[in-house]
Formats: sequence, structure tokens, C-alpha cells
Amino acid sequence: MKFKVNNNEVFASTGGRPFDKKKPLIIFVHGSGLTHMTWVLQTRYFAFHGYNALAVDLPGHGLSSGESLKSIEEMADWVNNVIDAVGHKEASLVGHSQGCLVTVECTSRYPEKIKTLSLMGGAGAIPMNPELLSLAENNDPKAVDLMMDWAHGPAGHFGGHPVPGLYHINTGTMLAKSRTIQNTLGVDFRACDNYKNGFDAAKKIKCPTLSILATDDKMCPVKEGKKLASLIDGSQVDIIDNCGHMMLLEEADRVLTVLKKFITTNYPPLSS
Amino acid sequence: MSDKKKELKPNTYKFDTLSLHAGYQPHKNAGSRQVPIYQTTSYLFDDVDHAAALFNLERGGHIYSRISNPTVGVLEERVASLEGGTAALATSSGMSAIFLTVMTLCEAGDHLVVSSQLYGGTVNLFRLTLPKFGIKCTFVKPRDTEGFKKAIQKNTKGIFGELVGNPGNEIMNMPEIAKIAHDAGIPLMVDATYQTPYLCKPFEHGADIVVHSLTKWMAGHGSSMAGILVEGGKFDWMQNDKFPTMTKPYEGYHGLSFAEEFGPTAFTMKARAEGMRDFGPCLSPQNAWNVLQGIETLSVRMKKHCSNAEEMVKYLSNHESVAWVSHPSVPDHPDHQLAKKLLPNGRGSMIAFGIKGGKDAGVAFINNVKLASHLANVGDTRTLVIHPASGTHSQMDEATLKFAGLSHDMIRLSVGIEDIDDIKNDFEIGFRAARKPRLVSNQ
Repeated sequence: MKFKVNNNEVFASTGGRPFDKKKPLIIFVHGSGLTHMTWVLQTRYFAFHGYNALAVDLPGHGLSSGESLKSIEEMADWVNNVIDAVGHKEASLVGHSQGCLVTVECTSRYPEKIKTLSLMGGAGAIPMNPELLSLAENNDPKAVDLMMDWAHGPAGHFGGHPVPGLYHINTGTMLAKSRTIQNTLGVDFRACDNYKNGFDAAKKIKCPTLSILATDDKMCPVKEGKKLASLIDGSQVDIIDNCGHMMLLEEADRVLTVLKKFITTNYPPLSS
Repeated sequence: MSDKKKELKPNTYKFDTLSLHAGYQPHKNAGSRQVPIYQTTSYLFDDVDHAAALFNLERGGHIYSRISNPTVGVLEERVASLEGGTAALATSSGMSAIFLTVMTLCEAGDHLVVSSQLYGGTVNLFRLTLPKFGIKCTFVKPRDTEGFKKAIQKNTKGIFGELVGNPGNEIMNMPEIAKIAHDAGIPLMVDATYQTPYLCKPFEHGADIVVHSLTKWMAGHGSSMAGILVEGGKFDWMQNDKFPTMTKPYEGYHGLSFAEEFGPTAFTMKARAEGMRDFGPCLSPQNAWNVLQGIETLSVRMKKHCSNAEEMVKYLSNHESVAWVSHPSVPDHPDHQLAKKLLPNGRGSMIAFGIKGGKDAGVAFINNVKLASHLANVGDTRTLVIHPASGTHSQMDEATLKFAGLSHDMIRLSVGIEDIDDIKNDFEIGFRAARKPRLVSNQ
């Protein structure tokens, strides 16, 4: 579906179901340089089970217009604006990687609106490797190749996509190269590198929170995810073995099972 | 000691490693080092909710082996990884891969621009069968790059060709034809059976969909039929209104828009969800496993195929019984320079040559070689020969044969990986027999 935020057109996948204002809203926020496509194995389930599942393309990403937002704080405000723009008063947020920084910041800023928070491959800070940052800002496709290498665990490097016939690494590469690298990945990496408020923001979060972490995550290692989770009251943590940073694809079924239980318990769907 | 900082390099697996490992994780399959053959029709659902989720494409998994199968899935991922594609769908043969590609792309009333130099079966599909479904085609000679542009109509949905034409070895200028297709907002589909991803990766040169008959070099041992379509993931189906079945809500899946939901894998998802469901040309797990065995040695075999082919080109070019030789490695081949660019790892192992004495000599040659096998296949580990005018392309009339670039003296040779001296010795037997009819008729 398409709608406007700050006069720019936003694209959000609805998981293949029409948007229905009566249903509770879940917003999925993608990672650096990526798009709504990363959530396809989570959103469709929620869309068919009593929720509005909105996997947004951040401004300047995927099918959304406008320029990429330059800071995590701006992105957090933008997510809040999305809730308003689609006519809801509250939402459940799900973030991956950079999307975790955004959703943590958003939840701390708008605690009355955010009912649950689910973090995948999250950390309180994501400082960037300077060379990787420089490659992305200079529009070098090697930045995407490096990101795809580091983002997949040793098992994920062999493939084994849950959807028969799909090959993760090439699909991720194609998503990250679908728009100009320096305008998406470059801006996003810089925003992550600049963001210093994650741990303070986490301390303000009071809603039910879930962190899904992966043992082979090189980009946001388990210990960083645990550190963030420890600052959030009552936060649940689920750790997936033999999996890298792209857990939402590498172990999509496991992620969906954990996420489903957490969200349906804490933010029930509209019963049919 | 140097204090130079080590350059960051991606450590994703490379071609030879992917040939052996891509698409398979032993720890998820009882530790089985070899890919298991899932010889089953169907798969248990955890509960009703799980079943509904699989049918609605809410989660990945298998339902019924016509739609997908874990062994076939490994093959699909492996080929996608080798091609640099986002997704792949294996089929029961190369022809079914082409048919499924066309039926996923087109509807009645649509039009395709097609290279004229194709495998005979493919020509008949485009010329005779697809019109029965309301899909019309305009044929263009593969070297007539401008002709592809001129043939595009308002209702044209794609361009299709074999990178290296069958059997004449004409090469399509893929980068230029891809540009023509993309300027018109349509995809380029390439049959890259002759090349395999070891010799050429069409996505790097602008192709959007690649099809293979895996029966040939990919499987490599003449044992199993299989085909595949592979998606490059770059084509934007939403850029215009030409592809409503990709972009508009699809009734068959609760209003799903394949392009919106699946982006760079949308074509494959539609081909599977709709095409495999409705047409059902599924690959058997046993044949998928056989092809996987072949792919494990793809690069080793292709090197030998290509080196033997180049030896045979030299031998045939200097032979008194040979009128002409066509292979992209020959410097005077019209596409020699293009071949160097598109096929840097070797020019393939298909050779066409003309035998002096015409059709009678050709028949005598074919009937007398002992090592080379006379059969309707290419890309076996063994050397294969056929006389196209009386074999693979025999269903064509005289005019169509001429348009397809075929002549009665042409022999198609698929060079195997036997010892090169044994192949040459065998050909000497064939050439001696081929000269006899002429000696008799001259007396």
C-alpha cells in the first residue's frame, strides 16, 4: 500500500492482505540498505492472522520516495508518523539490525503508542567498520558484498533458504543494490555509526520486549544484544544456534514461531 | 615487516565451492554428507495452522512434490548461486522450463521477439504451439541486433534467444539486445544451456531470466532429463503496466501481488505458485540428485570439453574432407571477438562443420564412426554427432531449414572428454567412409 508521510510517498507491504483499520498494527522496520522484502516470511503470517502487518520501505529505500533519513532519531520520528498516517493510535514494532536502533529510539520517544517491541539482531550501538562505511559512502558495490558476507552465518553461506529455490545471499545483494548504494546503505551506515543514544533509550522502555539473537551474528554479536536486553525491564531473549545476522531469512521459521508467540500474547490479534 | 592494512575482501564462496555445497546444510539433514533423495510425494503438516500458512505462502516449506521437493530445492539453490541469480525453479526438462517461463510471462494476445537460431524443438514451440495459446512470435536472426528492436510491438512482453545459436554457433550480442529489451521495458530471456554458468553468466550481461536444459553439460553424463529457469532479480516488473499478472492482485492467492511481495524473486515465485500448480512439469528427486552429481564436477568437465573442442577445431580446419568449420574460437568466425568477451573461460564444445560430399557423405560419416555416438543430445561426457537436417531439425521444411541457418552438409558435433587422439582416430574412420561414395560415383 502507498500513503504519504511528510509529503513523501511511502510504500509498505501489507503481507498480501488489504489494510483494515480495525485490526491491530504491527510495523516492521528493515535494516541498513535493505527493503520491506526482508520481512516476507514474517509479515504474511501476521497479515493472515488478525493484524495489519506493515513492512515499510524507509524513505529513499525500496519503493518509497524521498531521500534517506540521515539519523536514527529522524527515522524513529518517521515511524511514529507512519502510525499516524495510517490512522492508528498505537502499534507493535519489529526491527532488524538498524531497524532495532530505530524502534528502540521510537519506543523510548513514544511510549504511550508502542505496545510491544521485537528486536532481531539488535544492539544498543552499531559502530561501523570505517572501511566498510567509506566503501558504502563512495558507492562501491563491494560494500554490499561485504555486508552480505558478514550478515550471513557459516551455515547461511551455503544457502538453505526456507522458501524452495530462493538463494539468500544473491537476493539480499539484489535488494541492497536496487537503489544507489551511497544514498541508501551509505546514509544508513553513517546514521548507525553516529547514533549514541541506544542504551539510554533502552532504559526508558516499559513495554513487553523480545530480543532474538543469533550465535553466529558477526554484525550485532549476542553479547551486544544481551547487553541491550539487560537494560529493558522484563525483556525476553531468544538465542538461535548456527545462525547469522540475517536470522529473519536464515532461520525464518524459528523467528516466526518465537515472534508469533510473543506478539499474540502481548498484543492480541483481532479475532475473526 | 609491512604495516600495510589488510584490504577487506568478501569471503562468500566461489564457483567451484558453490558447485559442491550451495543449497545444502548437512546439520539440518541428519548429518548426511550427501544430499538425501527425498523420494516422497507429500509432507506432514504440524497442524491446521501450519498447513494454511504453507498454502498461503506465509512461510517457506514443502506441501506436495509437484510444487517443491527438498532434493530438487537444493538443485534450484545451487544453480541460482552459480548463475548469480536470486531464485530458480527446476522442471522436468529444458523444454518445460522454456514453456513455464513463457506462460509465467505472457497471456493470450501477447507477443515475443525470438532469435531464429534455436534448438528445433524450441523453434516449434514458438512457431507452432504458442500461437495456439494466443501468443505470437517474430523471429529475428541472432546477429541482427537492430532487427530485435524493430520487431518489438506494443504487446511484446520479452525477447528470447539462445546465447550461442543451435546448431550454427551464431552469438547474440547479449549486452546490446538486453539494452534494447530494457529500453522497451521488457525482459531478456536467454537459454544458456550450451554455456553453463562456468562459461558465461548471462545476468552479468543484462539477461533477466536464464533457462537451461540441465540434461546437457550441467548434468553432463547423459543420464537424466531436467530443466531450470533462473531469475536475475534486477528486472522491475512495476516500471510499466505491461505485466499485470506480476503486479496486480492475483485471485489464485487471495489477492497477492507477486512483484510487491517478492520483488527480486517474484517471477520464480509466480512460476512455482501458478505454473507448477497448474501445469505440473516437476522434476523427480532422483533426477535432481543425478544432476547435482554432475554439477559437482562442472568446472573440471567444462575445461576438458573446451580444450578438446579447440583441438578438434584445429583438426577439422586442416582436414581434406571438411568444407568449413564453425566454432567461436575460430578467428574468422563472425562472432569471434564477441565470444572472447562473453565466453572468457572457453567457447564451448559445440562444433558445426560441413563435410565435403554433402548429405550422402554426412550420412556415411555418421553411420561409420564407432566411438562418437549418433544420437539426439548434446553435452554428454561422451562425444556425440548428428546430422541436423535429418535429425534434430528434421521436422522443418526446406525454407525453415534455410532460415535456421542449416545446410545438408552440416554435422553437429558435441565434443566429449575422451582422449583427444581417440576422437580424432574415430573421425578418420568416418571421413574414410564418407569419401567412398564419391569415389564410387566418380568411376
